[in-house]
Amino acid sequence: MSGWERSAISIATFLPLVGAVVIAFVPKEKERAVRSLGILFTGAALAVAVAIAIGFDYGSGGGLQFELDTRWIPVIGARYHVGIDGISLPLYVLTFLLSFLCAVYTWRFVPEPGKTKAFLALQLLLETGMAGTFIAFDLVLFFIFWELVLVPMYFLIGIWGSANREYAAIKFFLYTLFGSVFMLLGFLGMYFRADPHTFDILKLQAVGSSGGFSHTFQLVAFAGVFLGFAIKVPMWPFHTWLPDAHTEAPTVGSVLLAGILLKMGTYGFVRIALPVLPYAAQKYAPWIGLLAAIAIVYAALACLAQRDLKRLIAFSSVGHMGFVMLGIATLTPIGINAAIFGMVAHGLITGMLFFCVGSVYDRYHTRQIADLGGGLMQKLPYLGGVFAFVAIASLGLPGLAGFWGEVMALLSSYNPAGVLNTGLFRGFMVAGGVGTVLTAGYFLWMLQRVNMGTVPEKWKEAALPDVLAVEWVSWVPLLIGIVALGVFPRIVFGVTDGAVRGLMHLFGG
Amino acid sequence: MTSPGFAKYAWVVAALPIASAGLTLFFGKRTPGRGWIYGVLTVGAGFVLSLLVLWHFVQGGGVYASSVDWFRVGPLRFEIGQYVDGLTAVMLIVVTTVSLCVHVYSIGYMHGDQRFTWFYVVLSIFTFAMLTVVVSDNLFQLLVGWEIMGICSYLLIGHWWEEHVNSSAAIKAFITTKTGDVPFLFGIFVLVVATGTTNIHQIGELVGAGDLSRGVVSAAALLLFGGAIGKSAQFPLHVWLPDAMQGPTPVSALIHAATMVAAGVYLVGRLFEVCVHADPWVLQVVGIVGGITALGAALLGLVQDDIKRVLAYSTISQLAYMVSLMSAGPAGRNAAFFHLFTHAFFKALLFLGSGAVIHAVHSNNMSEMGGLRKPMPITFWTFVIGSAALAGIPPLAGFWSKDELLASASKGHEVVFVVLLLTALVTAFYTTRMVMLTFFGEYRGHGHPHEAPASMTGPLVALAAGTVGVGFLGASFAHAVFFKWVFFEEPEAIRFVPWVAALSTGAALLGVLVGVAVYGRARERDPMLAMGPFTTLLVRKYFMDDLYMKGIVLPVRDKVSAFVYWTNQNVLDGIVNGAARLARWFSRGVNGFDRTVVDGAVNGVAQTAGFTGGLLRYLQSGNVQRYAALLFAGVVVLAVIFTRV
Repeated sequence: MSGWERSAISIATFLPLVGAVVIAFVPKEKERAVRSLGILFTGAALAVAVAIAIGFDYGSGGGLQFELDTRWIPVIGARYHVGIDGISLPLYVLTFLLSFLCAVYTWRFVPEPGKTKAFLALQLLLETGMAGTFIAFDLVLFFIFWELVLVPMYFLIGIWGSANREYAAIKFFLYTLFGSVFMLLGFLGMYFRADPHTFDILKLQAVGSSGGFSHTFQLVAFAGVFLGFAIKVPMWPFHTWLPDAHTEAPTVGSVLLAGILLKMGTYGFVRIALPVLPYAAQKYAPWIGLLAAIAIVYAALACLAQRDLKRLIAFSSVGHMGFVMLGIATLTPIGINAAIFGMVAHGLITGMLFFCVGSVYDRYHTRQIADLGGGLMQKLPYLGGVFAFVAIASLGLPGLAGFWGEVMALLSSYNPAGVLNTGLFRGFMVAGGVGTVLTAGYFLWMLQRVNMGTVPEKWKEAALPDVLAVEWVSWVPLLIGIVALGVFPRIVFGVTDGAVRGLMHLFGG
Repeated sequence: MTSPGFAKYAWVVAALPIASAGLTLFFGKRTPGRGWIYGVLTVGAGFVLSLLVLWHFVQGGGVYASSVDWFRVGPLRFEIGQYVDGLTAVMLIVVTTVSLCVHVYSIGYMHGDQRFTWFYVVLSIFTFAMLTVVVSDNLFQLLVGWEIMGICSYLLIGHWWEEHVNSSAAIKAFITTKTGDVPFLFGIFVLVVATGTTNIHQIGELVGAGDLSRGVVSAAALLLFGGAIGKSAQFPLHVWLPDAMQGPTPVSALIHAATMVAAGVYLVGRLFEVCVHADPWVLQVVGIVGGITALGAALLGLVQDDIKRVLAYSTISQLAYMVSLMSAGPAGRNAAFFHLFTHAFFKALLFLGSGAVIHAVHSNNMSEMGGLRKPMPITFWTFVIGSAALAGIPPLAGFWSKDELLASASKGHEVVFVVLLLTALVTAFYTTRMVMLTFFGEYRGHGHPHEAPASMTGPLVALAAGTVGVGFLGASFAHAVFFKWVFFEEPEAIRFVPWVAALSTGAALLGVLVGVAVYGRARERDPMLAMGPFTTLLVRKYFMDDLYMKGIVLPVRDKVSAFVYWTNQNVLDGIVNGAARLARWFSRGVNGFDRTVVDGAVNGVAQTAGFTGGLLRYLQSGNVQRYAALLFAGVVVLAVIFTRV
């Protein structure tokens, strides 16, 4: 194996960290240099990630590629084991893409109270944490990346957030930490129960699929990791940190939070919880499906009650992640493919929605739907047009990215894995179907109140700029992605399908 | 098998308009006409190509099917493909003809509109989506086209979104049809999972061969019919179509008369094997829905003042003719398709004619029209031709197809027959009322109405010619060639039945005569509005809008959502915040470090949520890190205990 193959994903993952350090040494006054470095490092990392995607062998099915497995902390048996497969790759590339676009956006938009240097350094640190989560194949390594993400996001919300930022930041930090404590408990259990003791995810998967874990243990351990992952997703009813975090976070914080952070939870289910604890997964799947179905309907209804645009989008995330979890709960190849597709699509679409809302706020200095008062498409036709397009993508229009994850999740729910109760899951499917109607309802109603109608008197004279060049640069890739994934779903399914089948094989499905 | 000829290129007809959409979007504003040119050219080319495709079948050519891989997920393969038979060819003709007419007509009608270019973009996307449905050989591709049509319908109904009433109508249309699309989607699931394929014709064969249980087939048929009910505006989901008239009139002609709303009927016909093999009661449901809608909508057409709403209810009613006949077996299906074909011509004609009138008088209301036959002769005569076809006067298109429908219903579907005959009478009457109020008597509006420009009258004349001509394709003395093209076999005996023809012509004439008698002279008050409770019932649309709005939409939007959000803030979040308060109280009394390990963990759990009040202090004091450290210490020890269990 060439040195490139052994080191590529590590290079991409840690380049942002290097960037963060470099930026730390640049004097504060050199704003331009700081911003350029942010773009440079995220851009370089993205370039490496793209090179990895190009070098990826798509025909190989499930196996790990770009793998590196080496000594790390021998005393506890933790190894530096990283690699990438069809399940990781889409999320991995998405991480670098969104981080880069956020750095570009930061070129022009640094929220109060400024401090560009710290703002960008934290973004870069965050990027390393997120990317690392998707390539770690050692539980300790996974956990470190997982926790690494918390700190920069905590500060991004706590320092650059809006009015109620401290509450939101602490809530985000402690709630997710609360979950990860139980997750860690589950990990430690796996380690001690495996014989020989190991933190290696692939080895644990082998143990799990060969029935090496007792049923009782699986049920307990699953409950632990479930809590960690479910809070991160977030699944109903553990979602209440999310609307607060989103509402208060700065724009790029929201984009990365919705775009990547939430996927760490769903990814954890697919990568760890299901294959390592297959018996428990089957036992818990109906409950997960139930929570997912509730999330879809509940979030859609809650969206209808929102008066704050950003909070509305935040709640919509809960619903969309409900579809992802519903797919996972079916324990079928279609469902899990749907889940990964849904994660990527949600990353593009909801990331884009938060960009739009951020730009609306930048112009109007309010996010209250009633204050905006309509007429956005008259006042700012391009911003309004992009917003409408993305909202329509988010409600699941075929031909755009949001459709396939949703519809395949529903399809898998019609026909879940053999061990599951088909009637029950068809009930979830019906709930999901009702959810799609409600989702269309709240998005179209939102557009009616924000985009349509005439410009209210108070905004008539205001000189508000339409979409700026830097915004186009950071949005166009997402807009293209939304169309491309909708028209060519193979872009994602072609990558994930082999790996998912390999995983299901392990899982005995 | 004969060579595929031009049938091979049916997909090109569908692909052309999407190219036009892209060109118009990015370059349209720079062209001399602000963007109509691409749409007119591509749809025009598509029309010519459609004629060549049809020619293949006129010559007796065979079916052509081809597909390419789209993507795979788990065990399922998805393809993009085309299935081209006589029905496809005829549908291509219908869609491209009407779309071309509307593209040309809109040059004049939408002239000066501030979003002229955008209008043409969406028109092209819509045409693409409808043609995608028509050529599709599989259910998912069909679904994609189906839903894109829905969003185009939304965008075009709400084209003038400055007005709240327009955007509301657009939302209503989208949500109502989406309500039907959900069962439709589930119906697709049922078939795809049961057969393992998405290909419509493989599914048809498997169902035909009896590979699927009757229960599965019945469920699929019923669910798919849900989609047809929504898209084709059938009871009880018909309520969106009259409101959809808020859109520009060319849109009403294309989407809400000739093509999209017919897609539901097309779907039922395409998946006819599924319907035929379902339990008989499923077909009865189809027949009942069709029957109720046909008569119910026709009656609503009696009291409308808005000329487009008359036409909208008439569209619902005519679509219901087709739907109800889907329950009458293969002969009924053939007749229904023939009616779909002829209806597209005369209803598009009527809508475009009404558009010319609206363009001239700047109002949709017939109470502000009257006497327009003199200033608008071309519009008048073409409108009369369309109206006569709608009323079912021989020898126009509507007569032949309606006659086929009634003839096939007369054999064994007596109830349907009677309802449809009654509907024919009502149809003739409200059509006459519309013509009389619009074109006869004194002009009651403002200004001086004038004839429409050539870009608008041209399509009117073209569609009028079609309205006169296409009916003969299905006439038995012309060997009913339509049915040979469409089904490649001797049509199942729908012969010309003299007594049926006499009855239906009699009903039509009676309706016209009564209409002329009632509206032949000026009246203070429209007699239709003086029928007491019956009028109220009709004016209030059987109270269905009220029921939906006050019974479902508003409560969900305002009350249920508020309650749900309340539970979110006070129950779910309340538990979180409550745990925090408890933890703070607990930790004040207990010095965390002194306690046993298990207590420490419990404490930590509680403190995790410790974030009410005095939050800034937490952030600044570094307590977060201390709690985190505490938590981890507890966890590690707990883990050890736990693994020894």
